[in-house]
Amino acid sequence: MSPFRNQYRILFTWLLLLALLSGLSSKRMIASPPESSQHVSFNRDVRPILSDLCFTCHGPDTNHREADLRLDQHAGALSVIQVNDANASEIVRRMLSHDDHERMPPPKSNRQPKTDQIETIKRWIDQGAIWEEHWSFMPLIKPAIPVLDTGESSPIRNPIDAFIQSQLLSSGWKPALEADRRTLIRRVTLDLTGLPPTVNEVDDFVADTTPAAYEKVVARLLQSSAFGERMAWDWLDAARYADTNGYQGDNERTMWPWRDWVVRAFNANLPFDQFTLWQLAGDMLPDATLEQKLATGFCRNHMINGEGGRIPEENRVDYVMDMTETMGTVWLGLTLNCCRCHDHKFDAVKQAEYYQLFAFFNQTPVDGGGGNAKTLPILAVPNQEQKSQIEKFDAQIRIVQGEINARANELLAQQLEWEDRLRQSPQFFDWKVAIFLSATAQHQKLKIEDDRSILASGENPTNDVYEIALKPETETVATIRLDAMQDKSMTKNGLSRADSGNFVLTSFEVYREIFRKSPDTENEGTTSGVRVKIVDAKATFEQGEHKISTTLDGDSKTGWAVWEGRIVDRSHSAAFYFEEPIQLGPNERLVVLLRHESSHAQHNIGRFRLSTSSNKNAAIEAFEPEFESALAKPAPERSKAERELLVKRHQQSDDATKSLEKTMSGLRDQRKSVVAKIPDVMVMGERDKPRDTFLLNRGLYNDPGPQVTANVPASLPPLPTDSRADRLAMARWLVSKDQPLTARVIVNRFWQQFFGIGLVKTVEDFGSQGEIPHYLQLHEWLAAEFRDSGWDTKQLVQLIVTSHAYRQSSRFSDSSIATDDPENRYLARGPRFRMASWMVRDQALAASGLLVQTLGGPAVNGYQPEGVWEEATFGNKKYKQESGESLYRRSLYTFWRRIVGPTMFFDNASRQVCTVKVVRTNTPLQALFTLNDVTFVEAARGLATQILNTPAREDAVSIDHVFQRVLARTATPSEKNVLLTGLSRSRHEFAEHPNNANSLLAIGDSKASSDLDRIELASWTTLCLAVLNLDETLTKE
Amino acid sequence: MDSHAQLAMRRAFFGQASTGLATAALATLLGKSANANNDPLRIGGLPELPHFAAKAKRVIYLFQNGGPTHVDLFDWKPEIQKMNGKPVPKEFVGGRRFSTMTGDANNKLMLAPVEPFAQHGTSGAWVSEFLPYTSKIVDDLCFIKSMHTDAINHAPAISFLLSGAQIPGRPTLGAWLTYGLGTETENLPAFVAMTSVSKNTSCGQIFYDFYWGPGFLPSKYQGVKFRGSGDPVLYLSNPDGMSRPMRRGWLDDIAKLNTMKFHSVADPEIETRIAQYEMAFNMQTSVPEMADLSGESRETLDMYGSQVEEPGTFAHNCLLARRLVERGVRFVQVMHAGWDQHNSLTTELYTQCKDTDQPSAALVQDLKRLGLLEDTLVIWSGEFGRTPFIQGDINNRPRWGRDHHPYAFTLWMAGGGTKSGFSYGQTDELAFNVAENPCHVHDFQATVMHLLGIDHERLTYRFQGRDFRLTDVHGKIVHDVIA
Repeated sequence: MSPFRNQYRILFTWLLLLALLSGLSSKRMIASPPESSQHVSFNRDVRPILSDLCFTCHGPDTNHREADLRLDQHAGALSVIQVNDANASEIVRRMLSHDDHERMPPPKSNRQPKTDQIETIKRWIDQGAIWEEHWSFMPLIKPAIPVLDTGESSPIRNPIDAFIQSQLLSSGWKPALEADRRTLIRRVTLDLTGLPPTVNEVDDFVADTTPAAYEKVVARLLQSSAFGERMAWDWLDAARYADTNGYQGDNERTMWPWRDWVVRAFNANLPFDQFTLWQLAGDMLPDATLEQKLATGFCRNHMINGEGGRIPEENRVDYVMDMTETMGTVWLGLTLNCCRCHDHKFDAVKQAEYYQLFAFFNQTPVDGGGGNAKTLPILAVPNQEQKSQIEKFDAQIRIVQGEINARANELLAQQLEWEDRLRQSPQFFDWKVAIFLSATAQHQKLKIEDDRSILASGENPTNDVYEIALKPETETVATIRLDAMQDKSMTKNGLSRADSGNFVLTSFEVYREIFRKSPDTENEGTTSGVRVKIVDAKATFEQGEHKISTTLDGDSKTGWAVWEGRIVDRSHSAAFYFEEPIQLGPNERLVVLLRHESSHAQHNIGRFRLSTSSNKNAAIEAFEPEFESALAKPAPERSKAERELLVKRHQQSDDATKSLEKTMSGLRDQRKSVVAKIPDVMVMGERDKPRDTFLLNRGLYNDPGPQVTANVPASLPPLPTDSRADRLAMARWLVSKDQPLTARVIVNRFWQQFFGIGLVKTVEDFGSQGEIPHYLQLHEWLAAEFRDSGWDTKQLVQLIVTSHAYRQSSRFSDSSIATDDPENRYLARGPRFRMASWMVRDQALAASGLLVQTLGGPAVNGYQPEGVWEEATFGNKKYKQESGESLYRRSLYTFWRRIVGPTMFFDNASRQVCTVKVVRTNTPLQALFTLNDVTFVEAARGLATQILNTPAREDAVSIDHVFQRVLARTATPSEKNVLLTGLSRSRHEFAEHPNNANSLLAIGDSKASSDLDRIELASWTTLCLAVLNLDETLTKE
Repeated sequence: MDSHAQLAMRRAFFGQASTGLATAALATLLGKSANANNDPLRIGGLPELPHFAAKAKRVIYLFQNGGPTHVDLFDWKPEIQKMNGKPVPKEFVGGRRFSTMTGDANNKLMLAPVEPFAQHGTSGAWVSEFLPYTSKIVDDLCFIKSMHTDAINHAPAISFLLSGAQIPGRPTLGAWLTYGLGTETENLPAFVAMTSVSKNTSCGQIFYDFYWGPGFLPSKYQGVKFRGSGDPVLYLSNPDGMSRPMRRGWLDDIAKLNTMKFHSVADPEIETRIAQYEMAFNMQTSVPEMADLSGESRETLDMYGSQVEEPGTFAHNCLLARRLVERGVRFVQVMHAGWDQHNSLTTELYTQCKDTDQPSAALVQDLKRLGLLEDTLVIWSGEFGRTPFIQGDINNRPRWGRDHHPYAFTLWMAGGGTKSGFSYGQTDELAFNVAENPCHVHDFQATVMHLLGIDHERLTYRFQGRDFRLTDVHGKIVHDVIA
């Protein structure tokens, strides 16, 4: 079998595809070289040539400038130009030179001028070499609107049309006629909401004969909440928004409240200058609201690298660079990333200026260590329901607190009475602190303090055993008491030096020892001990299973502990009851062993004392040593702390207070569980102490050069001088009247959304390598209009979509158009291009009736082939497809795992770095997706179900219904013929193989309607699936 | 032929799309215009490429993620043996930075290779006993022992080797090559990526999709990930219940309706759509056919080792790589993770070698046997090497490890116009730094491009106003490795 056997079988398809693609992308420039009589514009015609051929060595980059010649500035250029005499100009001589040493650009540079480029330069020189500064850096001045002869066939609906048509007519072209109403409403509804119009919306529009029918539709769409969802998509691509960190670990983050804020901001038509300020510096606005702080999540959408071994500062610098460059691309249309390592080769941005911009963002306290998806600063953003729940709990908590306070006052009135009662209780003063003879530990040093407590010090070992020899001060000993006492040398003044201040006492043993003097010496002797049997134990507090009784069970795995959910902050005591009271002889003593042998390392009691009582029922309440001594003192001698302690213990002993406290802790727990579900959004903040910023040589975090201070590039208008140069000042500068780039860059991106290509094709680059717009005056007017309107986004959108340029038919009126203007740069026809993949999906869901239009909330995991996450992450990330409504939410809410993005979106930004350019390619894989993905098969069934539920159905009419839902029009007779034939083929096959029908209908989470005939439903499903895959369906036209 | 006539011709064709008439005529017609170069099999690519005669026409990149230890596998240095357990001499460390796991390399102890080395073949190449199968084919290999890179962590280093930049966002080698050279098959993707990992590994490295990403090139140049389970290509299978004839019928209907649409609006994009759907249908046959190993002889299967019939293994992917290139795929990127031996030199390194050694060697032999090695370039490399000093406690052999080491590592190539039985470059006596004929990542990339007939300085793409290339502003071709 020849391995190449399939080589030619279907070669034509690929060849055809490539031929068509290459035809489409052929670089047929609109701005062809000017005729000899034509005026040569420096900006339009000459600068692009110089930039491309010369600026690398004779441009803004100081370090690589050759021969000290600068061609991006007028003075430099004049040194090689003889105005009005091209042939006498050095620049021309060099470009035409045959001498390899003289020729420019140098032969080995791979930059060879074309003849027409040299001609253009010559003509420009001959025409006077009129110099212009780079257009996009020049002040933005609103140009006059051209006045056109009346009586033209094409309507001038607003100034956009005046600009376009005045230029079109002069080049002999004519705009197309207005698109038919069905095409138009589908186009504008998809563009403004990302969804197709409903059948009723189409019918209403077709039937509306009033002159402003279309404007009414636009106004309705601009008010729909789907508008914000549609507009958010491109902004999310630019903001590199995703639901995980990216990189190893790829931890899940909760930035979605920021995403929902973007949708709300578009819907509320937040003016674009505010939209800018909030996202870049909302945290620094005076009295910043939660929404304003939330908006700064924009800056924090960058990836976070949690790979082991990464150097935190290297990460941090990466993040700040990402923030800086994203701002540069989104607002300035400048490719700042070039300047990480060197001065810009083409634009007037120096390396130092890059780091001056970097300095604005360098003041955040964001840390580069680890992969925490909630790296500070963060902001808790409750939703409405959570907010009201918390308010409800807070109100209840206030009420209960009031009751507790009231009860406390009652108790205070009875305080003395209570103290007296307690003092008079028989067993209260039974305790006497023992006299310690010796205190030793296996590992630590034990010291008997002046106040008769024993303090452990030295290195805190994993486990330890204390041995205390003591002489009781009571005549008989029926009970022995251990007080674990707070001490400043313990963790947070707790009971031990473990992190928690907690201890685990695994065994408490008492031995009765007879001390016999050795016959040989005076001082040394031998002892023999008898274990004293302990029958019961009580403690002031027991932590869960860590009961005091476990100190008696002989099991070193179990023990007594006192953790109450916080670092231990009070003393605790335990009493151990002997089987029989004992009386010690003069040469007898007690030896107590305290064992700390649990698996909880370092949980060793830090300070303690031992007391004895002859009362075998000695009370436990009074075990607390501080309490005991306070109670014993006469009231006037008590310290403030002692008085407070007595009051507190009184309250704690009160049943009514206990019950109120229980209610309170229940409320607090409920509140806590609500708070735990509130998403934390990473936001911006400023360090208290400013961080110095340095130029980083070659962009390396560990190779700092000279120090720089925050500022904006010198080639643009300066920062306002009335405030300090911080992030807020930078954001204000971006949207200030004199800073010309923001308005230019932003209107161009909105234009791209609707026309598929910007007026400036290089949406990401407004520098000298970027395109100079063919419709420069239109672009200037639109930008100025946007700025002067108060940055009114909806007005800008309204302006664009109500122009004739937008409303005209997208039909190719004659075959020359495909070759003369394949990309529709002249705008002599309406936009026609394949929709974004997310829109294709949303359209199918909407047409099928499956779409769930819930706004906002956490991201959802819809249909995805099995194993995609697992294969990329070795099973560390398991994909859990959701069910029910989550499967039918708009694409905007799809969970975006950054290391392996959703499989359902092709040609989309990867959301790893800022992306503003829209890409459209065609690959077979995309067709496989819309033909075979569950969403589309299920949507086709949904569509079929709607059709078949129509009473008194007729096949040909039903096809119209399918078309109306998907394409906003009915089918032509020939289309119907094709589809009817297909339908009968399917019916035939399914009738023969009914199991196939059942299999097809079983696809998707929703159940197929059982009222409908299986064969019929399956057959119509195949028809609807075909309709969902038509070029017209995939295309906005 | 003027455009009107061309349009008429296409209409004639699409009117009969389902019957396939006029196929030959169209192929001839379009074949000439689409194929400016002299390669009759080539589809797409830039007309000016190749810049000069290519020695290699396709590439299989066996990427070993994690940083295979050059010290234990290829770079034999008796001096390390002698220095075993002694601190690294300061002059070798200099000011070099290491990952935070090592921090300061001074006072770290040298660690001898875990397994013995021996010389093999007539070329006398030193290879460790870790790699018995690779040892047998050394006379077909071209080693570069003086590789060095800029990055010290996995993702940035892999990205650097594959795309020329440490931060994601640039096109990868496979994307550049398919953009420049097109492909030789119309029914398989031009650029395929496959991944695998050894079973029960502790490895946590992830296969980011930017490892085969198109960067700023149009997304059709993205590597298509062939999956180890389920459909090899996402969404390849028809929905349950949709038979292939039924699908064919509906696709014909879609084409007819699209043709009607084309007649009414005349947008050439519609013709693209028709071709796109036709190719999708073809791919539904050609991919399963390619992935079906039933036609392979027992002998061939055995050569790749016991895991070859298990989808998702490195062995399986190596055999698929051969089947892909023989069907005209331009670039196959086979990635195997788990070479990150921070503490598993004496444990997981054995599994790692066992799973990759035999299939890698088999692939080279298999290509040679089929006469494909001549113009197929096989590359075996990781993203960096590993430290000649130990990570961990030298008294705790089961936990011996080595940290990331960007200052020297070894890779090998086979076929595609490289010298065979050859070794280029040298490290110092401790395999610590490059001592002779350094080969930076950009130099290596320039060399690979050169083998494919591409001047790496001339294959550029304008993005954000700058003409980008794989080698940034660097890269010197290593002519010494070229046969």
